[in-house]
Parts: sequence; C-alpha cells; structure tokens
Amino acid sequence: MTLRPDSTFHATAQLAMQAPIETYGFVVMLSPDGSQPDGIAVVDLDLESERYGSIVHSLIMPYKGDEFHHFGWNACSASLSPLAGHAFLERRYLIVPGIRSSRIYVIDVKDPLKAEIHKIIEPEEMLAKTGYSRPHTIHCGPEGIYVSTLGGGGEDGTDGPPGIFIMDCETFEIIGRYELDRGKQDKHYDFWWNLPQDYMVSSEWGLPPQFENGIVAEDLLSNKYGHSIHFWDLRKRKNIQTIDLGANHQMALEIRPAHDPKKSYGFCGVVVDTTNLQGAIFTWWRDDDGVWQAKKTITIDPRPEDPENLPPLLQGFKAVPPLVTDIDLSLDDTYLYVACWGLGEMHQYDVSDPFNPKLTGVVELGGIARNTRHPNGREFAFGPQMVEVSRDGRRVYWTNSLYSTWDEQFYPGTEGGQMVMAHVKQNGGLALDPDFYVEFPDGYRAHQIRLEGGDCSTDSFCYPNV
Amino acid sequence: MVIALWWSVLFSGLYHGLNPAMGWPLAVSAALMERKSSALVRSLALLASGHFLAMLVILLPFTLMLSLLRWESEIRIGAGLLVIAMGLYLLVNHRHPRILARVHPARLAYWSFLAATAHGAGLMLVPIYLGICKANTAEFGHLASQTLITGNISIALSVAVLHTLVMTLAGGLIAFAVYRWFSLKFLSSAWMNLDTAWALSLVCVGAFGVFSAL
Repeated sequence: MTLRPDSTFHATAQLAMQAPIETYGFVVMLSPDGSQPDGIAVVDLDLESERYGSIVHSLIMPYKGDEFHHFGWNACSASLSPLAGHAFLERRYLIVPGIRSSRIYVIDVKDPLKAEIHKIIEPEEMLAKTGYSRPHTIHCGPEGIYVSTLGGGGEDGTDGPPGIFIMDCETFEIIGRYELDRGKQDKHYDFWWNLPQDYMVSSEWGLPPQFENGIVAEDLLSNKYGHSIHFWDLRKRKNIQTIDLGANHQMALEIRPAHDPKKSYGFCGVVVDTTNLQGAIFTWWRDDDGVWQAKKTITIDPRPEDPENLPPLLQGFKAVPPLVTDIDLSLDDTYLYVACWGLGEMHQYDVSDPFNPKLTGVVELGGIARNTRHPNGREFAFGPQMVEVSRDGRRVYWTNSLYSTWDEQFYPGTEGGQMVMAHVKQNGGLALDPDFYVEFPDGYRAHQIRLEGGDCSTDSFCYPNV
Repeated sequence: MVIALWWSVLFSGLYHGLNPAMGWPLAVSAALMERKSSALVRSLALLASGHFLAMLVILLPFTLMLSLLRWESEIRIGAGLLVIAMGLYLLVNHRHPRILARVHPARLAYWSFLAATAHGAGLMLVPIYLGICKANTAEFGHLASQTLITGNISIALSVAVLHTLVMTLAGGLIAFAVYRWFSLKFLSSAWMNLDTAWALSLVCVGAFGVFSAL
C-alpha cells in the first residue's frame, strides 16, 4: 500500500500527454517455431541514456511454445484513480498471455532492468474457472483486470464461444467470466470502453482453427472470419447491440475509442475486404437516439503486382492487399495510425473530424514484394505491424511480426525481429528516425510494445479533457 | 460536553466531505462531462441524499434501542465496540468492496449510500450521537419515555442533517475549486491515501463511545 497515487495516474488524456516522456519500452519476443521460450525485451528509450535504442534486458520464460502476442498493464489511469475503489494500486505488473499455450505470466517490472516473473497462471486453471482459452487483450477495468480470449474449451478451442474473463487486480486470481448475456457474440478479438459512459465495444478475429495453423484461405474467401462489432452495457455485462460490418469485411480487429470520455465514437480496423482486397477503417458512434452506428471512413487500395513476386497465397489475386492489422489513436484523438502490414506502409490520418479522416503521412518500410529498406540501409522483415504511440504523441514505435504461422504465409522464408520509431512532425506527417532501429536476438520476432507509464492503447480515463 | 459533541458532528461532516472517497471527484467529473456547473450542484445533491440515507439507516435503529432505558450503557458499549471492530476490519482489509465498481457512474445517490455504508461513515457518528442522547436524557430525565424517543429521533435527524450539510458544503467547495481553478492535476498532486487514517478514526470514536459509557 502506498500513501500517494501512482505517479503514472493521469486524470485526463490531456494530463497524460503532459507527463514526462517514456524511458523504457517492453516488447514481446516471439520464438515463431517454439524452439526457444518467448520473452519480454526491455528497450531503453531514455534519450539521455548511452544505451538508448537498444535492448537492455530480456526476461525469458521457463516454458516453450507460449506464443506471446498482446499484453498489458495490471493498472492504468482508470484503476489508479483513487476513486476506483482499489486506491493506491501501482502500475507495476505486465500481464502477458500466451495465445497458443493459454498460460498467463504476471511480470513484475518495478525495476525494468530486474524484471521478474511474479506469478504464472496455468491454462488448466483458466479453463476450469472460465471455460475460455487463448487469452489475448488486457485492460484494467471497473472490477479488475479484463482479459479477452480467442477460444473456448476443448482441444481446438471451439467448445463454447470465447469471451472475456476478469482477474483480481491485486492477487491476480481469476474471478470468472465477464458476460452475463453475450447476445450474438461468438468470436472474439479486441475490446475497449468508455468508463464514464459505461459502454464497451468488442471485435472478432476468428476461432482457433482459423488462425493457429495459418490463415485458412477457403474460410476467408467464404467470409467466415469475424465481421461484426459488439456494443456492451459495461457494468450490466450485457451485449446491447451487434453491428455487422458486412460479411466481406473480414477480420474486424482493433477497437480504438476516443480517449476523451466525453466523446462517444471510436474506430475499428478491418484487415481485408474480400470483394476488392481493400483495407478499411470504420468509424463507430452513438447517434442522438442512443443507437450505435458504424460507417466506413477510410479505404486503402491493394497494389497490383506481378504474381511471380507474390507468395503462393496471393498469386491468384495479382495484387498485394494492404492488410490493416493494427491501428492506434493518439491521446489527443487527433491522429490515427494504421499499419498496412501487407503493403509495407504506416499511414497517419488526421481524424479530428472522425467522419472525414485525412491522410497526413505515409512511411514505407518492408512490405510484400517491395521490401523497402530502413533509412539506415538495413532490411525490415515483414511490414509495419504492432504500433504504439508515445503519450505526448510525438513518437510512433512499431514492430514487424503479425502471427507466427501467418508471417510464413505472407512472407515465406523471411525472418527477423525489428522495432523502429518515427517522429511526428509539427502539423502532421511522419518520418522514420534513421538512428532508431532495434534488432531482436536471433530466432526472435517482435510483437506488441508497451511503454513505461502507459501509452495510447493502455490507459482509459475517467475524466474528460478540460 | 453536549456542545463538544455537536462540534464533533460538524467536524465529522468536514472530514467526510473533504475525503474524496465520499465522492466529490464524481461531482467534478459530472460537471466536466456536461460542461456546466449545474451538473456539479446536482451531483452533490445526489451524493448528499445517499450519504444522508446511510446516516439514518445506521442511527435510527440505535434510536429505537435507546428506548430500552435500562440497557442504555450496554447499548453504548456495544455500539462503541462495533465501531472499533469496523475500524479494525478496515485497518486489516484495505480492499474496497467490488460492488461499488458495479454501480453505473451516473447513479450517484446509490453509489454514495453504498460508499458511506461500506466505509462505516454512519457508524462513525453512532458514539457521538449516543453521547448527545445521553446528555439529553440526563437533562430531561423526568419526561415520559415516549417524549424521549421523539427527542432522540429528532436528535438523530439533526445529527444526520447537520453532518450531511457540512459534508456537502466541504466536498462542494473543494469540487468547485477543482472544477473552476485547480484543474484535475489536483487529483494526483494533492491526494493522500486516507484509508489508514479513516480506519483509525473509527477506532478512536468507538473507544470514546465505550469509555464515555463506563
């Protein structure tokens, strides 16, 4: 128990932007073939440090084959807010799930250079208490830590729908399932919310057999991946509305609500439109009658390409799909970053008017049949994928791996893990920092990034901007 | 003595009002969400009604018990011990009840009632209240018991009203100041963890109740 609130508690998104900048980043290290245990790399981001931009510590897990993907903090500004009821928690632990093993690690990073495993939750415990498997997204919420899962019970995770479960934010005991009424929701991926307005939005990827051994082309072409987003009464734990984005909008993944809780809108990225291979961003919002709506506000076209330059999976299409795999919204709700993992591009859109986004910056790096090099002359494996924006919105970090088996299908024979950073120009625009290039150890790929003290896809705020 | 006890009712109101755990930050939040200070006033009124109800729910049963005049000191000792026990419980258990997290952020009266009850805000007033009743009985001891009960009920109401009024004024002032001048930075810069102090206050008030009854 501490006497003062955690120094990383920010009442509003504005205050979070004014806070001191990040000095460490935590990045998933994934051994794609499971030959080594996965880990968490600690990257020095302190501009004053001699070891700036390098991995200064890595914590390797005791087991192999976990497949780390997304992870999150035990506490963010919402639960650190003294009124949250567990006053004076610390933002101290990373909750790191293995989406293949269903094992969850709680990692103490109070001193990032001495990061250590605090607790391990075995898959059997999670399955017994929740009926879910393949844990994925982490957010700290009203009753504890919320964890989304991609699978249900059974060997292949299809026995019952996946969903969200809640963990105690101090003991990390699994409490149980979140949903009281899931409505039409039968697949899962991401979720996020607006705490004062008391709603949650969740999205859909696919069931474990649709992703664990690689993308299933027949399922994709017959539109069997997720294409709906679900709106929930957060505290009643009830699905109140499901919006089908259209069956051709395959894989509705990341949910990014506006950070200012006064606003009732947000974004969702769609990986691929099967009618034209476009990538898309939908803006969702609550209308004056309290009904949720969604509208496609950004489309990104595929790039025609000679089939002989393409992986077998794409040869028939004679084009490179953008593959919008991750999006992130700056804390001032001004810039939306869109990773086009297939094209090898990071886009920056001005979304101050969420219904009329304007493209303000593009960085080319990697990419299918393009392999754009980094300004430092080195290669960037795969394409821009997991993106994280600094609290002040000035620096955008990203890594390159999507998911072990999918990397192989879209970029056969490619290997490597890199993390890069781009500076945001004063009035929009994006430029790679030629000196920031973190190479991951041999055999490891890089996935989600978390910044010390919070970032743009972690913190929820209980108070509106002034 | 009676005057000192009434002062402590005032003081407890001030204490609860300033303690953010009794809800003033929610009033700031409501005002900011709706961008008008009338929302602040309305939220404070809702918080006050919940708090007032939490006081009455605790005080009124003791009022009824007091009609058993013969057991008067036992009741006071028991009440004191109960308050001490609540304080000790909160000292050991720092966890706040999860049910508070389940309340919709706009249901402020309900939230305030639950928060006050869960933190023993009403209990904190019981020994003080019983002390006032005792003094009252001593002064008007010759009156019929019916009159005494009526008197005790009106004391309970006065204690709850006075306490809630001061609480609301204190919380309202700080909420308004944060809303208008200090900005929300105040939340992280001026906040202290009062959990231990609060629990100790309960123990002290309870001990006072027990000793004054002996």
